[in-house]
Parts: sequence; structure tokens; C-alpha cells
Amino acid sequence: MSGPAARPLGAEARAEIARLAGLYEHRQSALLPALFVAQREHGYLTPEALAGVAEALDLPLSEVVSVASFYSLLYLQPVGRHVIQVCTNLACMLNGCGAVVRRFRERLGVAPGGTTADGRFTLRTVECLAACEEAPAVLVDEDRWARVGPDDVDRVLERYP
Amino acid sequence: MATFAMPESILLRWAQTPGMTELEPYREAGGYEAARRVAAGELTPEAVIEALVASGLRGKGGAGFPTGQKWKFIPRNAPVTYVVVNGDEGEPCTFKDRTLLEGCPHLLVEGVLIAALTVGARKAYIYLRREFYRARRTLEAALAQARAAGLVGRGVFGSARDVEIVVHSGAGAYIAGEETALLESLEGRRALPRLRPPFPAQAGLYQRPTLLNNVETLCHVPVILTLGPQRYKDCGPPALFSVSGHVVRPGVYEAPLGVKLRSLIFDYAGGLRPGRRFKAAFPGGSSSMLLTEEYLDVPMDYDSLRVLGSMLGSAAVIVIDDSADMVEVIARTVEFYREESCGKCTPCREGTIWATQVLERILHGRGRPEDLTLLEGIAKGMTGTCFCPLGESVPPSLVASLRHFRDEYERHIAGAARDH
Repeated sequence: MSGPAARPLGAEARAEIARLAGLYEHRQSALLPALFVAQREHGYLTPEALAGVAEALDLPLSEVVSVASFYSLLYLQPVGRHVIQVCTNLACMLNGCGAVVRRFRERLGVAPGGTTADGRFTLRTVECLAACEEAPAVLVDEDRWARVGPDDVDRVLERYP
Repeated sequence: MATFAMPESILLRWAQTPGMTELEPYREAGGYEAARRVAAGELTPEAVIEALVASGLRGKGGAGFPTGQKWKFIPRNAPVTYVVVNGDEGEPCTFKDRTLLEGCPHLLVEGVLIAALTVGARKAYIYLRREFYRARRTLEAALAQARAAGLVGRGVFGSARDVEIVVHSGAGAYIAGEETALLESLEGRRALPRLRPPFPAQAGLYQRPTLLNNVETLCHVPVILTLGPQRYKDCGPPALFSVSGHVVRPGVYEAPLGVKLRSLIFDYAGGLRPGRRFKAAFPGGSSSMLLTEEYLDVPMDYDSLRVLGSMLGSAAVIVIDDSADMVEVIARTVEFYREESCGKCTPCREGTIWATQVLERILHGRGRPEDLTLLEGIAKGMTGTCFCPLGESVPPSLVASLRHFRDEYERHIAGAARDH
């Protein structure tokens, strides 16, 4: 988790957003990348982070919040240090992802969508990750895990302190 | 029984040869030669488009629109033109674009260069779904190599032409794969599909003429120009099929367009697991109507599948054996569309919610005999009424399952009646 939420965007984040805005004919195109810059810095999109992005791109805050709320990988609530995304779409379902989700739930003590009390993990079930030859597929942060069975869950969790 | 020998690959081999993520091996194998010829004017835009038309290449993202035609639609004298690449591969069980990006990103970069030089674009955006972390890393590394070698950026291949390529990651939304929704997303808005016309070729990104192609489509382009359209066609023409589900060897396979569904499952993907029987398959992603055993010999091409009421779509074959509960399969599929519906139009937004609720109650032992008629009614209400193909993807398989697997629905409902 990042520190106290009530702080504006840092200078580095603002510089990065300015650079991103230069890649496009219209600065609003940098909104999604900018929101990820803010999310990386604050852990999730705090009200201050959203306001900071709106200011940096000179966009109405209502537009920034509206866009942020549309996409599933932009977080408007706190998430754990590590986000576990278990694919539950067809190929993974047919190959037993249900048992994998159950094992994650047991080990973490949270339902999909929940975050562990120590703030270490958020568990999510997600739609197709386009890794169906490796079903069941799991994404932890930016790492893709292939052919995950229930008995692999402990080994996966260990890797993310 | 004769052993099955896979035909020689002309596209997928680039992604399956170790080391092809690097510039030098790619160039040594003949890579970037087609783009160089276009940059040098040895191949004119007209010649490129003529070759694409002659090749018969059609869009690989799902809609199957003839690619040469699409390139021809781009006006020649606009002040600013863009190329946008759809790498938002989200159609359930489709993973060919990811395979190409991770195995041979230079093939895409070369395709983008040829596209930009042909339609007169100085800037191209490659929109990748955010979950493609590995693909983005390999693509960014390839772009950096190509830029350092003078193939991307200012004066490509020593010519007077500039082509900038920017990689842009999405933020988690299946609907962004619909081409006009992708443009909205790339402009920094909610990914809601736009009304067409105007088509992106006239008014796309920032209302400029925009050539929008899928990753795999653009990867075919250097191959076509290198081999020539006739040899390309003689090789199939090649298509990439993502085969997944209940098969022994799930994976991406290159096979000639028109290969039998049976061959893809039983020859290429190694068949079903021991002791299992085939039950059904989606031939072109979960948005295509599912097919039962009697259709195993259908040729996997655009027209043969369309005649059956299904489609080639993204050529993702999802194989389901007799261990699966079809009500569960359909419930999960419809729930996916509910999750991903953008909410813009009523039939899709409400239809997917209603259908999911009914399917869930059947699945959880609370089904009622009249639920099957209700599902048919919801499907009818969503047919031809949705704003974009997302909602329209729901009725065909829902209706097919009610026809072919009605007994499974009825067993769930009879169980519910017995329990209460």
C-alpha cells in the first residue's frame, strides 16, 4: 500500500504525464496512460490522484472519473500490493479454474474482489487473458502463470511477499 | 492409420523460430525487405494494394472485411492520416495475436510500416490490451531496435518518409476491441462504439482518415508481398486458428483456410482426451454460434460457416467434450457479455442481465419450465436490435444450445421441481 492518500501527484508523475500527452494530437488520448501513472504512484485512484490527472491534462474532473470508472484495471478502491487475476472464461473453466479459485479463496480468506487484511493480495476473477493454451491461466501483477492447478497456489503465493 | 503431417507454415514459423524477437535474425531471414521496397518506391502504394486484393486477405479480428478494399478506402490527399492497430485481443479463447507479438514483433512492425507508407500516414498507434505485459515488452524492444536501425521514425530506410509508431495500452474492456470503440478509447474516453457511417477510413482517430487493422492481418502483409499473392494463396491461404478447451494439445495452429473443423481438433490439436466424446465447439470465438457433432466436417472458411448461421470470427475453436454441462457453458458465456456490455444500448445491457439471471437460476436448481421460452424470447429481442456486434453475439449460441441441448436444461429444471 502507498502512504497517506491525501497528497497530490508527485513532480515525476506530472512530468511523465506531460511526456505522454505529447505523443498524441489531442492530450485526452494520454488519459488512460496518465491514470496508470497515478495509480502506480498512489496504489489506486484516490480522489487526489484523479484530481491531479485532471489538472495535469487540463480535463474536467467529471470526465476523468467517468472514464476511470469504465475500465476494469483502473482501481477506484484500495487494492493489495499484489493483484491476482484468475481467468474464469471458457477455456480456463473447461480446464478446472473453479478449483483454483476455491484454493485461492481458502488460502487468502477473501472472496473474489476482496483484499487480504494485511494488504498483501487482492483476488479477482477475470475474463479471458488470451493465454488459453496455458489454461488455467493466472496473472499476478504483470507475471503470467501457466496451467495453474490448486496444488500450485501456495507456490505462486510464496513468490509475492 | 497414416500419421498426420502439418503443412509447412509461412506465417506462424516467424513466431515459432527461436530468436525472432531480435532484429538481426529477422533481417537475415528476409525480414523488412518488403518494407524497404515500399519505402524506396520499388513497390508503389497501388502495387501493394493490388497484391493485397489479389491475395484475398480478409481481416483477422473477427469481421473478415477484405483488407485490400479497406486500404483502398483511405483517401489519398488528406493532410493527416493515421494507422491504428487493433491488438485488444479479447474475444474469448483467441490468442494468436499475443502469440505473434511475443514470438515475432518485427513482423507486425514491418506490416505497420508498409501500411503507413502505403496510405500516407506518418503516425501509427498500436493499441494493446493492458494484460499483454510480455507482448508489450517484446514489441517495445523490437521497436527500439528498429528505430536505432533507422527503420522506424525519421526518414525510414533512408527515404524522405517519417513513420512514428506508438504503443498504447488499454485499461481492461472487451468492447474496446470493436473498432470504433477502440478509437474512442484511444482518444481517452469510455470505450463506447460509434455510429457508422462515417467509417474510420473517412473519419477515424481525431476524425482523420484512419486505417484500422488487426495484429494478425498486418502480419500477413509482409508475407504476401514477399511471396507474391499467388504463392501466398497456394499456401492455403494460411490462417491462424487458436484451438483450446478439451483438446490434448491446445495452441495456435496455421492451417489452410477451409480446413475441416474435425481436422483442426483431431489432427492439429491431438484430439480429445482419452475416453471422451465430442459434444460441441465454438468455431470462431464465443461470439460465433456453437456447432454440434454433425458439423465436424464443415470447412473453416468465411462463407461455409456463415451459411450455417455461425462465423469464422477470430478463428478461435473452443472444444467442449461430454464432461461439460452445456447450461454451465452457456451461462458463463452469456455472463461474459453481461460483464463486458458497455451499457450504451438497451437490448444488450438489459438482455444480457436478464438472460444471465434466468440461466443462473436454472443452474442453481431454481429453474421453472417456462424459463426456456423466456430465454428464447430474450434472444429474439436481442437479435438485430443491438448497437454493435457485442450484444448480437449472445442469441445464436443461446438459441443453438436450447435446440441441441434442451434435455440438459430440462434435467436442471426437473431437478429443481423434484427438490421443492
